[in-house]
Amino acid sequence: MIRFILIQNRAGKTRLAKWYMQFDDDEKQKLIEEVHAVVTVRDAKHTNFVEFRNFKIVYRRYAGLYFCICVDVSDNNLACLEAIHNFVEVLNEYFHNVCELDLVFNFYKVYTVVDEMFLAGEIRETSQTKVIQQLLMLQNLE
Amino acid sequence: MPTVSSRGDAMRGLAVFISDIRNCKSKEAESKRINKELANIRSKFKGDKTLDGYSKKKYVCKLLFIFLLGHDIDFGHMEAVNLLSSNKYTEKQIGYLFISVLVSSNSDLMKLIIQNIKNDISSPKPVHVNLALHCIANIGSAEMSEAFGQEVPKLLVSAHASESVKQSAALCLLRLIRTLPDAMTYAEWASRVIHLLNDQHMGVVTSAASLIHTLSQLSPGDYKGCVSLAVSRLSRIVTSTYTDLQDYTYYFVPAPWLSVKLLRLLQCYPVPEEPAVRGRLVECLETILNKCQEPPKSKKVQHSNSKNAVLFEAINLIIHIDSEPNLLVRACNQLGQFLQHRETNLRYLALESMCLLAGSEFSADAVKKHRETVINALKTERDVSVRQRAVDLLYAMCDKTNSEEIVAEMLAYLKKADYAIREEMVLKVAILSEKYASDYTWYVDTILQLIRVAGDYVSEEVWHRVIQIVINRDDAQGYAAKTVFENLQAPACHENMVKVGGYILGEFGNLIAGDERSSPLVQFNLLHSKFHLCTPSTRALLLSTYIKFINLFPEIKQTIQNVLQNDNQLRNADVELQQRALEYSQLSSITSQDVLATVLEEMPPFPERESSILAKLKKKKPASVQAIEKEEEKMKKSPPSIENHVNVPKEVPANTNSVDLLGLSTPPATPQQSTNSLLVDVFGSVDQPVAPKPESNISKSETAGSVDPEAAQNKSNLLFSRFLFKNSGVLFENNLIQVGVKCEFKEHTGRVGLFFGNKTGNQLQNFSASVSMGADLQGKVNIAPQKEAPTQIDGGAQVQHFVNLECITFFSGSPNLQLRYQHASTPQQVTLKLPVIINKFMEGTNMPAADFFNRWKQLGQPVQETQKIFQANHPIDTEAAKTKLTGFGMSVLINVDPNPDNLVGSGIVKTKTSQIGCLLRLEPNKEAKMYRLTVRSSVGEVAALLCTMLEEHF
Repeated sequence: MIRFILIQNRAGKTRLAKWYMQFDDDEKQKLIEEVHAVVTVRDAKHTNFVEFRNFKIVYRRYAGLYFCICVDVSDNNLACLEAIHNFVEVLNEYFHNVCELDLVFNFYKVYTVVDEMFLAGEIRETSQTKVIQQLLMLQNLE
Repeated sequence: MPTVSSRGDAMRGLAVFISDIRNCKSKEAESKRINKELANIRSKFKGDKTLDGYSKKKYVCKLLFIFLLGHDIDFGHMEAVNLLSSNKYTEKQIGYLFISVLVSSNSDLMKLIIQNIKNDISSPKPVHVNLALHCIANIGSAEMSEAFGQEVPKLLVSAHASESVKQSAALCLLRLIRTLPDAMTYAEWASRVIHLLNDQHMGVVTSAASLIHTLSQLSPGDYKGCVSLAVSRLSRIVTSTYTDLQDYTYYFVPAPWLSVKLLRLLQCYPVPEEPAVRGRLVECLETILNKCQEPPKSKKVQHSNSKNAVLFEAINLIIHIDSEPNLLVRACNQLGQFLQHRETNLRYLALESMCLLAGSEFSADAVKKHRETVINALKTERDVSVRQRAVDLLYAMCDKTNSEEIVAEMLAYLKKADYAIREEMVLKVAILSEKYASDYTWYVDTILQLIRVAGDYVSEEVWHRVIQIVINRDDAQGYAAKTVFENLQAPACHENMVKVGGYILGEFGNLIAGDERSSPLVQFNLLHSKFHLCTPSTRALLLSTYIKFINLFPEIKQTIQNVLQNDNQLRNADVELQQRALEYSQLSSITSQDVLATVLEEMPPFPERESSILAKLKKKKPASVQAIEKEEEKMKKSPPSIENHVNVPKEVPANTNSVDLLGLSTPPATPQQSTNSLLVDVFGSVDQPVAPKPESNISKSETAGSVDPEAAQNKSNLLFSRFLFKNSGVLFENNLIQVGVKCEFKEHTGRVGLFFGNKTGNQLQNFSASVSMGADLQGKVNIAPQKEAPTQIDGGAQVQHFVNLECITFFSGSPNLQLRYQHASTPQQVTLKLPVIINKFMEGTNMPAADFFNRWKQLGQPVQETQKIFQANHPIDTEAAKTKLTGFGMSVLINVDPNPDNLVGSGIVKTKTSQIGCLLRLEPNKEAKMYRLTVRSSVGEVAALLCTMLEEHF
C-alpha cells in the first residue's frame, strides 16, 4: 500500500504531498525533510529504491523534480516505479508539457489527477486514455 | 483541445496571488503579503454582503494554498463546508479538497460534513458521488467508517452505479475496512465482490483486486472463491496480445499493474487444489517466464520495467507455492541473468528475490551457483543498498560447504562497510560462523577477528554467545584460552576483546598456565594492564576474573589480593566495583580453599535455547531471517550432520559475577547457611519453597517415622507428573531428605542433575543413589553417572550427582532412581521415577499455516493418529494450555487454526536413530467442559503415548 506521495524540487520545496495514513502536521514536515535528505544524495547509478523507516521509497527524478512514493516493504518496486511514470505521463498530457510551475499554479487540479489514479493508497486506474477522458470531462463542468 | 489556462474555471485572483508570493524576495515579504491576503479574506467572509459561489471558492482555495505553504489557517472551514452544498462541480471540488487536506477528524463541523457527503453519495450525478467517495477515503476516520460502512458496499455491488463510481467505491470501502476492520461484516457481499474480478471494465477489476486482497487476508474462508477467478483473469491477460487490451496496455505490456495485483492476491492462499485451476496457474507462470526470453518489443525502460514488475511478482508467487521445482529453478536462472544486468535496479531486485529462493529446497542449489557473482557485487557495487542485498543473499545461501569462504568475504568487506550496516553484518557473521562451524578453532578465530575488525559494532549478545559456546564445548576451551591470550597481547585491543579474554581466562586460564609464556602471573599482568583503560562494567568483570584466578592459581593469591585491596578498588566511586573488590578480597582471605573451589567452580553448561543473536537480528530485520529459518527447518527434518547450535541460550551469563550463588547480598556466615542459599538459587524458577528453615529441622525429623508411606507416594507421583512440563524442581521430599532435579536436554542427549538435601541436623549415612531401567527401557536409553554418587550427606548439607543419558530410540516409561540411606541407625529406602520422559527429547518447530496443514494431511493414515475426547480436569484457559504445551516441548503455532480457542502445536522427537515429527491439535468445548485432543505422528505409537500423557493434564 502507498503510505504517501511526495513531489519535491531539488531545493526541497514540496509541490505535492498526498498522505494515505494518519500523521500529525509535525510528523509530516519531518517526513518531507527526511525524504528529501535520502533521495537527493543519490545519483543516476543508484537504484530507484531506498529503505525508509519501516517502509521504502520508490522515486524517480524528472528534471528538477523528485516524484517519491512511500510503500510497504513487500510492495512491488518496479510496479511502483512505473506507476510514477504513468502518473507523470498523464500530468504531461493534461498540462501540455508539464513543468514545475504548472504544479504550483494548478495545485488544486493536481489533487484531482492523483485521486483519479490513486485512492486509499492503491492504484485506482492505470489507463491513460481513461484518466485523461475523465479529467477533460470534469474540466468542462462548471 | 482547450488549454488549461483558458478555461472559465481558472481563478484569476488566485493566479495573481500565487505570482505575488513567488515574486517575494524574502521570507518577511512573503509573510507580509500573506497576512494582507488573510486580512482581506477574513473581511470578505465577515462582510455583510453574501459572497457568490465563485468568490467563496476562490478565497477558500487561497486559504488552502497558504496552508500548504506552511502557515496555520484558523478560519474558512465553515465557508468550505458551505461549498459542499453547491450544485457546481468546481465549487464542490474545492470544498472537498479543503476538507480532506485541512479538517481534522475531531472537528465539530464533522456532522455537517457527513450530512453533505450523504447527500452527494446518493446524488444521481456520478461525479458528485465520486467526490464524496474520495473525500470519505481521504479522511478515512473511524467516524467515516461508522457513517458509511453500510452505504459504500451497496454502491459497489449496485447494478446502476457507473464503472467510475464502482472503482472509487471499492477503494473507499478498502480504506474504511482498514480503519475499522471489526465493524464490517464481510461474508454477506463476498460472492458479489469476488465476481468483480470478472468485470468487463479493467479499471473496476484493478480497484477491486486491492479490496479483495485485503478481504482475503481478513476473512480467507469467505473469499477463497477469488482464487479461480483471479487465475482465469490472469490467464486471459498474460495470453493476450498487446493489442487486445488497448487502453490497458502499457509500453506493449498488457495490464502490468493488474497482473501484479492478481499475482499478489494469489499469494494469500495455498496452491489451488483443483487440478484444472492449478494447471492454468502454472501455465500462466510459465508464460510469464517465457516472455522474458523473447526479444523486447521496445527499447524503452518503461517496457522492460513493467514486464519485469510482473516477472518479479510471478517469482514471488512461485516461491510462495514452493512445490514446482521446475519453475523455481527457471526463476533462479532468470534472476541469475539479472545479476549482471547493466540496470542497477535489476541487479538489486534480483539479489533481493534470490534471497527468498535460497530458502526453498528446490532452488537452494541453483542459487549457490551464483556465489562468485554475488561476492563480486559486494566488492564492486556503488550503491550501498545493493551491497546490502548482496550481504543478505550471501547470508541466505551460506551452508557447510561454502561457509568459510563466505564468512571470510564478509569479514573482509566489514572493514570498509558502511557504518549503517556494520552491526547487522557482525550479527550475521557471528550467526553463520556458529551455525556452520565444523571445527571450533575456526569459530573462535572468526569471532575474535570480528571483535578486532569491528569491535564497536559487536553487541553484547555476540560476545556473550562466544563465551556460552566455549563453556559448552570442552574441545574449544584450551584453544580459546590460547587464542584470547594471544589477541590480548596486541598493544591496542578492543574492550570487547578484554571482556571475552577476561571471562575465558578466568574459567580456562589454567589450561594454558603450563606454558611459561602464559604462566598465571603473565596472564594476570596482561589482563591487569588493560584494567585502567576499561569502563566500569569491564572492570567489574575483570575483578571476577581475578577472584577466579585466586582459586585457579593459589600461587599468585598475594599479588591479586594486593590489587583487590588497593584503594583504587576499595574506595572506587563506582559502588559495584567497590563491593566486588571488598567481597572478593574477604572471600579470598577468610574462606578455606575448599569453599573457594566450590564457590568458584567452573560454570555449568548453558541450557540451549533460541539464539540471542538470531533473536536480535530478527528484531532488526524480520525479513532477512526468514530464509535462514526455512533452512533450519529443513535441517531439522534431516538428521543434522554436525552438532548445530541453532537453538541456543537466550540467557546470557546474566552477570559474570557467578559468585552471586553465594548470596553475597547477605554476609556469608556459616557454611550451612550458604549451602541452603545455593539450593534456593539452583531452583530459582521453582514455584514452591525449596529450602527448609534449618531451625525447624530437628523437630520434624523426630516425627519422620510417622509419615504415611502411601500419602508420600501419591505426593511423589504428583511431583513427578509436573516434570512433564518443566525441567527443574523438587522431585521428592519427606522429613529427612529433599531430592531436587535439574535436567538439560539437547537433541537426543541429556544430563540430569540430582540434588540431595539433608533436612536433618545429623549425617545421613550409607547413602546410595542408583539409577536402574526396567526391561522396557533396555537398549532404548543409555544412562551413565558422571561420577560415583556420594556415600554420606552431612546434616543440613546438599550434595550433587550428575547422570548423563542418551536416547537411542523411542521409549515409554521412565528410569527408576533408588535411594538408600541410614538415619538414626534406621535404614531408609525410597524409589522414585526419574523425570526422563520421551517428550524431553522433543523440540518445537515453527511453521506457517500452509506447511502445518500440508504436514497434517501427510500424516493422515489412521494408525498415525490418536484422538481422545475427555472431560476437562482444570478450568479451560487458553493461555495456561499454551504454557503447558510449550513446556511439554511443542511449539504452539499462532494464527494457524481459524478458531482462536483451538491450539495447534508441532514438535520433533529426536532420538539417536530417528527423528519423529509430531503434530497436535487441542480443541476445547467450553460449554461441555470437554476437550478433544488429536495427535498425529509419523510413528503411531508416539502419537498414542503423547496423547495419553497429555490427557489428564487439561
